[in-house]
Amino acid sequence: MTQQANITADLYVTCIIDQLYPEVGVSVVNVLRRLGVAVGFPKDQTCCGQPVYNTGFNNEARTLANRVLEQFRDSEYVVVPSGSCAATLRIFYLELFADDPQLIEEAKALAAKTYEFSEFLVDILKVEGASVCGAIHKGSAVYHPSCHLMRELGVKSQPQKLLSSVPGLEEKEMEGAEICCGFGGTFSVKFPHISEGMVGDKIANVQASGAETLVSCDMSCLMNMGGALNRQGSNIKIRHLAQILDAESE
Amino acid sequence: MPEIKTQDFSAASVAAIADPKLRRALDRVASGFEVARLARVADATPEVWDAWRQEAREIKAHTIEHLDHYLDLLHTTVTAAGGHLHFAKDAGQANEIVAHIARTRNVKVATKSKSMVSEELALNPVLESMGVEVWETDLGEYIIQLAEETPSHLVAPALHKSKEDVAELFTEKLGIPYDEDIYHMATTAREVLRDKFMEADLGISGANFVVAETGTLVIITNEGNGRLCTSAPRIHIGITGMEKVIPSMQDLSIFLRLLPQSATGQRITSYVSMTTGPRRSDDEDGPEEFHLILVDNGRSKMLADPALREALYCIRCGACLNICPVYARIGGHAYGWVYPGPIGAVVSPMLVGLKQAKELPQASSLCGACREVCPIKIDIPRMLLDLRKKTAESPDPSVRSAPVIERASARLYARLMCGPRLLRLAVRFGRVLQKVERAIPFFSFMTKDGKWIRNAPLPPLSRWTRARDLPILPKKTFHELWEKGLSRDDS
Repeated sequence: MTQQANITADLYVTCIIDQLYPEVGVSVVNVLRRLGVAVGFPKDQTCCGQPVYNTGFNNEARTLANRVLEQFRDSEYVVVPSGSCAATLRIFYLELFADDPQLIEEAKALAAKTYEFSEFLVDILKVEGASVCGAIHKGSAVYHPSCHLMRELGVKSQPQKLLSSVPGLEEKEMEGAEICCGFGGTFSVKFPHISEGMVGDKIANVQASGAETLVSCDMSCLMNMGGALNRQGSNIKIRHLAQILDAESE
Repeated sequence: MPEIKTQDFSAASVAAIADPKLRRALDRVASGFEVARLARVADATPEVWDAWRQEAREIKAHTIEHLDHYLDLLHTTVTAAGGHLHFAKDAGQANEIVAHIARTRNVKVATKSKSMVSEELALNPVLESMGVEVWETDLGEYIIQLAEETPSHLVAPALHKSKEDVAELFTEKLGIPYDEDIYHMATTAREVLRDKFMEADLGISGANFVVAETGTLVIITNEGNGRLCTSAPRIHIGITGMEKVIPSMQDLSIFLRLLPQSATGQRITSYVSMTTGPRRSDDEDGPEEFHLILVDNGRSKMLADPALREALYCIRCGACLNICPVYARIGGHAYGWVYPGPIGAVVSPMLVGLKQAKELPQASSLCGACREVCPIKIDIPRMLLDLRKKTAESPDPSVRSAPVIERASARLYARLMCGPRLLRLAVRFGRVLQKVERAIPFFSFMTKDGKWIRNAPLPPLSRWTRARDLPILPKKTFHELWEKGLSRDDS
């Protein structure tokens, strides 16, 4: 199955995958390697600063962003298995450093080589279908397009294309697929009543879809929906797209 | 200005979510608008639709950039058409201009067509205190006026009311038998209001657009009440925000397409009324006097701020409300002032002051759906972020949105994330805590199987676990897995 891509990519694993869902990171590495990518992992990486940036703490966000700029300065590609963290590196850093003549250049350089995972597979590695990753799946799945992935990065077709081509996977549709799950970072704990209402509506649609697995490209959204599903006693599984593509993970 | 309740957002939104009647009303109406809007986008094709939005945005950007020029031009054209143009720097001044006209012209009865700016000014109580009868003639506004409430949506002010609510209201206020047939209710309102149109000395309207090159006030309505307000009484006063000016009639056409299609999904509204000056000598009808009042009331603050200036491009279509998953849960009143929803969360803090409305920009998941539907491509999420930045650590404690503990947490978080060793230590501590809890469930914050945190003892996690479980820390982080062998590529 291995392709000779002759590409080196550094993984920005994101702190939520690092701390809470390391198995997703493993699947990302497995899939990339199966596609012939030499995967690097700058070891001092932590958080991209999104939680503080979204809450208005730009000084703290700049401190964290600076570390990312430094650690990935020499990378050929930076692959991020999250739409919102990829948007932070690619879009929000440009805003954060807009007034800094030196760092804005570094931020632009980082933005130009940063890709969200599914986007990297389809647009850079030119993966036409999931079978080249060795993916195989038994059962049905429904896809949640996460907001930052879809609306900040404009990545819509790539994850769909990969998911639809997984052998054995029965794709389900859901109502309100493009409606936010209600996570929103600190929003979820600042206004829990609103956030709970939103995730309640969302998982009702997930459940109505009849899918056994809920798939997305953002573990933060999946943590939100998965946490609500579990509280309601549902046994719908949550999976990052990389886990679906990495047959060994199941 | 009307009573400002933006500071009560949290409590008001909790109450709104608990109101099943409101939920039903929101489900029924707002989603219908969005479905209709999508049909219009499909008619135009998404590519053409996007080109329209871009064109409209460019016109707005150009006009706002050269607002002084277009306001001067408008002054010339309104005056040349025989009308009077007034500038009001705040609500008090605007209301005084109207009151002065009403007083000196001996006005007894005024009819109004829909105007959000007059809501912003709280004009009605001013006129009523002078003994002027004020009649709202837009059906939704009429319902709201009878109920002594405020609008909950930009284009559908009584959206929060069911037909049963309205039937009860009409029975109580108009003394008619209970009848929830919508046609019958509309007929009743029409009969009441028709007489008032004939009695009125003064007609007050808002303006969807004001055309600088001709001095023309443009309003779009579905009920024809706007036309009656602007032509039947002997005086017509148009009141609007100073940002509503557009350069030319040529420019108007794109907005006449985008506004109704974005607002209600109608291709065009039933009425498009254009008023230029008072009646001319050869006109059969029309007012003897025409006044246009352009209101600042905080708008120049937005104009002066490059990060928030584009909020002035808004044409008040309400599409951002109809798509917003937060608005869909809490409705319009929870926002606490005239302008609700995503655009309201930007405009209200600028008009009533950050101090009182600092909570509004926080109440968004930043999902970006509002920007996607906005006919002017207004980047609402960026402006919400900007307001969060302005308030989080403002040197002015009254404007500061983040309490001490939140600011300390942000700094602690950044500190933790800057030192991978410190972070590792914290994670180990967390794992020990989990182990202890599993052995001796003192706080009993986990599920029985030990796989989830269910009752976190402290905020912010306790706020998460009200209705959601949280995964526990796994045995190893990705960092540890990488160091323990994943770094070797055996494939």
